[in-house]
Amino acid sequence: MGEQHWDVVIRAQEKKIHIDLKGLKKSRDLIFLWVRRNFVSRYKQTVLGPAWAIIQPFFTTVVFSLVFGEIAGLGAAGVPNFIFYLSGTVIWTLFSNCLNQNATTFVANAGIMGKVYFPRLVMPIATALSQYITFGIQFAFMLIFVIYYVITGQGVHPNLFILFLPLVLIQTTVLGTGLGIIISSLTTKYRDLSMAVGFFVSLWQYASPIAYDMFSRRSLYERRFVYYFYMLNPVTPIINMFRYSFLGTGEIDWLYYGISWVSTIAVAAIGVRMFSKVERTFMDTV
Amino acid sequence: MSDIALKVSHVSKEYRLGAIGGATLRGELQSKFAKLRGKEDPNLKIGEKAHEKNERFLALDDISFEVKKGERLGILGHNGAGKSTLLKLICRVTAPTKGEICMNGRITSMLEVGTGFHGELTGRENVYLNGAILGLSKAEIAERFDRIVEFSEVGQFIDTPVKRYSSGMNVKLGFSVAAHLDSEIMIMDEVLAVGDMSFQKKCIDQMRKAAEDEGRTILYVSHNMHTIRELCDRCIVLDHGKLIFDGDPEKAIELYLPKAGEEQYMERWLFSPDQRHQNVPSDLFAVEMFQFTEKGGFDIPQGSNMNFFLRVRAKEDSHSMFFRMIYYDKEDSQVGMTDSKTEDFMLKAGENLFEGTCNTALLAPGKYKLKLELCGYNLSGAEYLYESIDRIVHFCITENKEHRNLRWHHSWWGECDFGEMTIRHLNSGN
Repeated sequence: MGEQHWDVVIRAQEKKIHIDLKGLKKSRDLIFLWVRRNFVSRYKQTVLGPAWAIIQPFFTTVVFSLVFGEIAGLGAAGVPNFIFYLSGTVIWTLFSNCLNQNATTFVANAGIMGKVYFPRLVMPIATALSQYITFGIQFAFMLIFVIYYVITGQGVHPNLFILFLPLVLIQTTVLGTGLGIIISSLTTKYRDLSMAVGFFVSLWQYASPIAYDMFSRRSLYERRFVYYFYMLNPVTPIINMFRYSFLGTGEIDWLYYGISWVSTIAVAAIGVRMFSKVERTFMDTV
Repeated sequence: MSDIALKVSHVSKEYRLGAIGGATLRGELQSKFAKLRGKEDPNLKIGEKAHEKNERFLALDDISFEVKKGERLGILGHNGAGKSTLLKLICRVTAPTKGEICMNGRITSMLEVGTGFHGELTGRENVYLNGAILGLSKAEIAERFDRIVEFSEVGQFIDTPVKRYSSGMNVKLGFSVAAHLDSEIMIMDEVLAVGDMSFQKKCIDQMRKAAEDEGRTILYVSHNMHTIRELCDRCIVLDHGKLIFDGDPEKAIELYLPKAGEEQYMERWLFSPDQRHQNVPSDLFAVEMFQFTEKGGFDIPQGSNMNFFLRVRAKEDSHSMFFRMIYYDKEDSQVGMTDSKTEDFMLKAGENLFEGTCNTALLAPGKYKLKLELCGYNLSGAEYLYESIDRIVHFCITENKEHRNLRWHHSWWGECDFGEMTIRHLNSGN
């Protein structure tokens, strides 16, 4: 028969890891519908509906402002505690949701993935995009307070760095999703990680400047060695950028911002590689 | 373009027996470290050798076949023969260990349809979502939407959340989506098991139409020989991961079926206690033996009756007893029943021997099984089943050219041959 054209060829053990970009492009509608499904199913049969997206960060912020801000005095100088904690919580929620929800991609969707083929990367992408809806609601909520504090002149100074917002958002989701899919790839074999991940993420929050202002902490900011080490956490420069642009508090360390991007891209690349390797046979181990 | 839709060449799939890898990260690290230091693996059970732990199992062993465009291929095999594994490989759910699978056109699997459904979403939303999962774009689904809903018969509930659907409705909707994908290759695994009879028939018709008129290729797995016969024009049989037959469906079914019951033809049957099913466990009665009267009596020429002896042991005298016999065809469907109700008898304590004849004249040539039942009337006069011997005795109706000169087609005509009818021509033309 000579040259034979095949639309699809499935081979055993391909050495080169193949990422189905063409299929992914064709699955745009699926991604969109999956995002919708996540959103709709999440708030169906709840009385408050999407208001839950606000309630969560709101109460976290109130508690943080009281405990860490008022009682422990860890807030930033010159900025109201409430908006300081709200901004941190909102961006951290985006990151941690991307990470936590993607960490269970394979195990949670084994039912569907075990029955039909579609480019598996659809799932983490859709999960990440779903987070933008939640984030959008929370962000709008935050903006109201930013505007309020600007008008009342309480030391909140949004500035042109706001233009970095798209970059900040992309980086946050890519980093969170990248880590999430690394974990989900590993959990197909080792369920231990699914136990560890929620707990690990909540600890990570304390290694990032969410509950306290790093710049008014001498032990952090002025001891250079600690600072270098602390700033290697890729989330920290993102939070700093976000807070600086909307509140005008803190500072941007461009070196570490760059390093943070490098780690983000590395994490994403490793994540996609691991994911593509696992997706071929994960049904046998999951 | 060639007319081959799917080509499976030398495909094997290997699974490791037992736990896959270490069950935990710690376990796996422990084993690896121990191996590095040349020590015994701490996670092996005592007496277990390292190579035993990694014992492998070939779910599929060097399978090769081709499917032409428009062919309806049935896949037969016992549980564990590798059918589902094969389908999983073809629809890319998991990758083969060896070999290559090539295909032309889009492939749709209907392995347990409706699995992508989300209970909270409405039927409409799920149709879109399910369609997208199966590879359609939104516009393509919108175009088919009305047809899908009409076919599914759930029209008025389309805006109700799927969690309120009955399981039948769920399957119908799921199947409708899958059936309207217009993909070139369709895979079905026992999907028709659910849904009412008329819907099943509708599905089979739709499938056949899709294959005949539009040149779709269908791979169909089922344990229901009836639908296999109806739908498929070629069959492959898998056995322990190997392809043992490829060709005509009737022959494939022949090859596959005997193994299900391990049929045996004997003249004399002695029944062991575990072959006797007692309604109320008691040792009051025991049907001990069944014997065909003539030598080779299990081969009954068509049009003749079956003659037999039966031996029953009773503990005490019992009045008003009778026998019932139920004929089953080779696919374990009941064909008919005969009993001795009008001539009920008394069983005496000890051994009772009976001679009997039952009517098998109407049965078409083929293989049959017999269920023997010992019944009686209880004190209040109600019928009571004491003991049954379920499909252990086999017999065969053989073709009898003198009786009826024709080759019987079970899939067309069923299991009963009512012989020739009487017909008279009444009008005289004009």
